[in-house]
Amino acid sequence: MATQHSRSAARLMMAPAVMLLLGWMLVPLIMTLMFSFKKYLPLRGGDLGWVGFDNYIRFVSSSSFWPSVMTTLIIVGGVLLITLVLGTLLALLLDQPMWGQGVVRILVIAPFFVMPTVSALVWKNMFMDANYGLLSYLWEFFGAEPIQWMSQASLTSIITIVSWQWLPFATLILLTAIQSLDHEQLEASEMDGATTLKRFWHIVLPHLSRAITVVLLIQTIFLLSIFAEIFVTTAGAFGSKTLTYLIFQRVLESQNVGLGSAGGVYAIILANIVAIFLMRIVGQNLDK
Amino acid sequence: MGRIVLEKVTKKFEHVEVIPPLDLTIEEGEFTVFVGPSGCGKSTLLRLIAGLEDVTSGSICIDGRETTSLPPAQRGLAMVFQSYALYPHMTVRKNIAFPLKMAKMDQAEIDRRVTTAADVLNLTDYLDRRPGQLSGGQRQRVAIGRAIVREPSAFLFDEPLSNLDAALRVGMRLEISELHKRLKTTMIYVTHDQVEAMTMADKIVVLQAGFIEQVGSPLELYRAPCNRFVAGFIGSPKMNFIEGDEAAKQGAHAIGVRPEHIKVSATEGAWKGVISVSEHLGSDTFFHVHDTGLAETITVRVDGEVSFDHGDTVYLTPRDDMIHRFDANGLRI
Amino acid sequence: MARAVSFNRKTVNTALAWAIGLLIFFPILWTILTSFKTEGQAIADPPIFLMFDWTLENYAIVQERSDYLKFLTNSVIIAGGSTLLGILVAVPAAWSMAFVPSKRTKDILLWMLSTKMLPAVGVLYPIYLIFIELGLLDTKIGLVVVLMLINLPIIVWMLYTYFKEIPSEILEAARMDGASLRSEILYVLTPMAIPGIASTILLNFILAWNEAFWTLNLTAAQAAPLTAFIASYSSPEGLFYAKLSAASTMAIAPILVLGWFSQKQLVRGLTFGAVK
Repeated sequence: MATQHSRSAARLMMAPAVMLLLGWMLVPLIMTLMFSFKKYLPLRGGDLGWVGFDNYIRFVSSSSFWPSVMTTLIIVGGVLLITLVLGTLLALLLDQPMWGQGVVRILVIAPFFVMPTVSALVWKNMFMDANYGLLSYLWEFFGAEPIQWMSQASLTSIITIVSWQWLPFATLILLTAIQSLDHEQLEASEMDGATTLKRFWHIVLPHLSRAITVVLLIQTIFLLSIFAEIFVTTAGAFGSKTLTYLIFQRVLESQNVGLGSAGGVYAIILANIVAIFLMRIVGQNLDK
Repeated sequence: MGRIVLEKVTKKFEHVEVIPPLDLTIEEGEFTVFVGPSGCGKSTLLRLIAGLEDVTSGSICIDGRETTSLPPAQRGLAMVFQSYALYPHMTVRKNIAFPLKMAKMDQAEIDRRVTTAADVLNLTDYLDRRPGQLSGGQRQRVAIGRAIVREPSAFLFDEPLSNLDAALRVGMRLEISELHKRLKTTMIYVTHDQVEAMTMADKIVVLQAGFIEQVGSPLELYRAPCNRFVAGFIGSPKMNFIEGDEAAKQGAHAIGVRPEHIKVSATEGAWKGVISVSEHLGSDTFFHVHDTGLAETITVRVDGEVSFDHGDTVYLTPRDDMIHRFDANGLRI
Repeated sequence: MARAVSFNRKTVNTALAWAIGLLIFFPILWTILTSFKTEGQAIADPPIFLMFDWTLENYAIVQERSDYLKFLTNSVIIAGGSTLLGILVAVPAAWSMAFVPSKRTKDILLWMLSTKMLPAVGVLYPIYLIFIELGLLDTKIGLVVVLMLINLPIIVWMLYTYFKEIPSEILEAARMDGASLRSEILYVLTPMAIPGIASTILLNFILAWNEAFWTLNLTAAQAAPLTAFIASYSSPEGLFYAKLSAASTMAIAPILVLGWFSQKQLVRGLTFGAVK
């Protein structure tokens, strides 16, 4: 409901944001598409002409391609699962009456404000180092053999670090949602004889569906592109190479822009598949 | 100042026509009330006049000036919103001064006008408070103050009393009527409450589904409603409608009798029935009479002292000169 | 009515929540503590919790080795600049979406968010080339623009959700009162949305502060912010825990301090305005 005046004003005012994002999306995208059909080696001759789908075929047939896709999905899926489950439990706990709730909340959300490079470095060296890391002391204390975290359990390590960073976000969103739950509804169901578990399943969880969607959407956006956590920990070694990191290596380390760009197009396609899937859910949930 | 003429105005949202072609003239200084059930298009009509919505076709002239495509600010109108729409971050003084500041009036004149308005509306003691610290009635007055300082050519009120409690509503109704008597500026007032319409209006415009059903003074509408909708909408309790043989006797498809135009007797009368509920208001008594064989219930309004009760059998007689007759299309005969 | 909870249950809740809270916070606490140890004590076996010789020498060494203040200034300029620029672009857009919605509004919003899903690495080289072409490589202005673009969808989204809570009648009242669009946004909408705008600024400042893909790949010596400062400690020869901890503490301290003073807006902002 508005007038012609306000509608044209609205279009005008939306224009800068839309144009900027459109440019930000299209210009590099078109360049990437162009490079992906070329043999392009900046340090070894530069633009060496069109090569059709060669880069695409080479990128997929490379032995690192499918493992990197798997790694990406495992990391994203693993972090989502851990943060959602632990986040829900933690949110339920924080919703209970207690002393010092505010302080606990601050303690819990603090990791979100730590730079990814810092958290990766701190975890890698001070906790997961096989010789001096705190976790090694802990393992030794219980008489176990310390784990070579970065090499023997690289994915677990990365998932742990990233989950630690994102758990605060999931917890806070879910806690906010739980606090908005109508307590009369819970009391009514208690009167009806529902057990705690049933109440959680039939009342609390459905109420959280929108919050869970938001967590899924926003975390996926950020998780698909995690970089620093891998860059400073394993640098892609020991089976921790995500698609993002593989492309990064092709472009910057082996300086093969054509091949990297083809990989970029694959990554864009993968992201779009996830995006379409997510947008469907979010679109529905936004209307609520 | 303040003659508003609407010519063949229509409004469509998407493809739904909410206002079919409509003509209406509001005379200078008139207190006009748009009344109708919710969703009848009365608020939309007001917003079209205000310029908050575009007309789909037709024209709106204010004081002979074509304003159809002017933005709200240039139409010289002031509006009081249902939610009052006060600026919560500004003091009462700043709220009232806002339109003057937007008009780039000089500060001395702004101060003078704000002081006068505050004085008129009993807001002087509250000028430095914020809307959040005021009661509903005070907020309402601030909204009115913000409207009057601009000295607009007409005031638009969009259900301004619906957020107040019943007692306050009666008081504010009087205040707005007094304000109109004093300022003599055109006012257009939207409400779904026919009591507000009857008590305040010089001219009532009854709307339904975007159509104007009837335009007239309160008593004209009461005495000679031009169709069944208006007849049923104006007056409280609602007019009784009777169809069938009883109406045919009068040469009509349906007849209508207002509750206050029916005589009640314990012994004799035209129609016999049983009282199901009697409501004693002190000044008046309402009887809901069943089993007359005419309609579901007949409502009767009598003097407060008449004492019948639930279950009593009564005889009802309508006043012959007060029977409204309608044809099959619901139009007055 | 609030349910009366037994004292015992509240005690158990409190103990459990504090234990978990401290566990989650522990890596940060440990980093801060270690930054005050000597290198020897930092790797002592068994680990020393509090009973060590507190020292500030690590901070002095870190500052000497790499000019912390320069990185800090870069971080502040880049994070602050990109956030403010983003707000300037996003406020009008969010106004349009919240108050003049059309059938396409939701699509545009979702499209904006979807641009965030474009893998940065896929377009790294083109951006790199453009930056070289425009002479933006290793400049603060270049990073300000890029980080603004990355966070713009989130800023628009957050402002949109906050603006939507403001009744449109108030803006219509301003319009009736003769306010131009500029006055309407400047004098009515913005002051009313201050808490939401503050949350948006805060969260996006932090996101920009912590951004570690573009800041690492598009800077060298001149414009490098704290992400790059800390990344330089990932090389094996820099692995001295106490110094690493000092550098880490220096990198995150501004944000932690900022967070401490604006908890309310932060908690609100961290939900991205998506949940009430």
